[in-house]
Amino acid sequence: MHLSPDEIIFWQQGFLKLNATIAFTWGLMFVLAVGSKLVTRKLSTGLQRSRWQNLLELVVTAINQQIEEVGLRPPEKYLGFLGTLFLFIAMASVFTIVPGYEPPTGSLSTTVALAFCVFVAVPLFGIEDRGLGGYLRAYLKPTFIMLPFNIISELSRTLALAVRLFGNMMSGTMILAILLTITPFVFPIAMSALGLLTGMVQAYIFSILATVYIAAATRMRKPELGPED
Amino acid sequence: MDSMTLIAIASIVTAGLTIALGSIGPALGEGRAVATALSSLAQQPDAATTITRTLFVGLAMIESIAIYCFVVAMILIFANPFWSHVIAQAAGK
Repeated sequence: MHLSPDEIIFWQQGFLKLNATIAFTWGLMFVLAVGSKLVTRKLSTGLQRSRWQNLLELVVTAINQQIEEVGLRPPEKYLGFLGTLFLFIAMASVFTIVPGYEPPTGSLSTTVALAFCVFVAVPLFGIEDRGLGGYLRAYLKPTFIMLPFNIISELSRTLALAVRLFGNMMSGTMILAILLTITPFVFPIAMSALGLLTGMVQAYIFSILATVYIAAATRMRKPELGPED
Repeated sequence: MDSMTLIAIASIVTAGLTIALGSIGPALGEGRAVATALSSLAQQPDAATTITRTLFVGLAMIESIAIYCFVVAMILIFANPFWSHVIAQAAGK
């Protein structure tokens, strides 16, 4: 029983290793990219549209709405980063249905990489929105004594993002592996369904937290009032 | 009692205690969070989506504490550096 898909090694030469994490990550990226390319080949703006285009529109508008509700305007600017985070982590969990697949987010390498992306993106978006001086000044709020605590909180919440996702995914696969050795098929299937649910929730949590961190670094704006107001 | 037995005993006991004590706090916290969310849902049903979303985010934050304890327990059982070191020493002898 292994702790993470890092330990399944397909090919090794010197210090270069092709392990299951890398293989599954690239497979996932391939499926997401090729799938989207195929769906968006013939987009239609009329009433007749394909099922897949409907699905993609649902997903994109829902993510846009979430980003806007947290206070980021315009949401399209952040949609690329945050939407990709959500879709990657969600699909990584959903593909557990496929036998022989292990979610690459069950490895600390993947989750630390994703958390590091958020760690880098927050200052980037913050400086882009407020300017370098304005962004750095935000660290001195509410008083300048809070400066070390603000810095520590930046680092610790990045670590928390990584460990939270890793722990949730790893515990799901590990419980499944343990149960398969001791009970018949019914119970592991229930646990697998629970694993899917927690995977989706964790994907949502990760992306919402990234959105909130970016919103805290930029100027927060209230969502626009609709035409009925 | 030689060091190998001592390390094994300490790791096993600590792993069990970690996950046992570490799940008490988050469980109590999550219970309170859901109870408050339910009562506020009863008070204002049309804010249901906001309340539910905030509830899930809060639950995930509380859950992460239990996850940290679980990760420590797993490390003690499956990826214990002290145990590997002692095993390597015993195998080398």
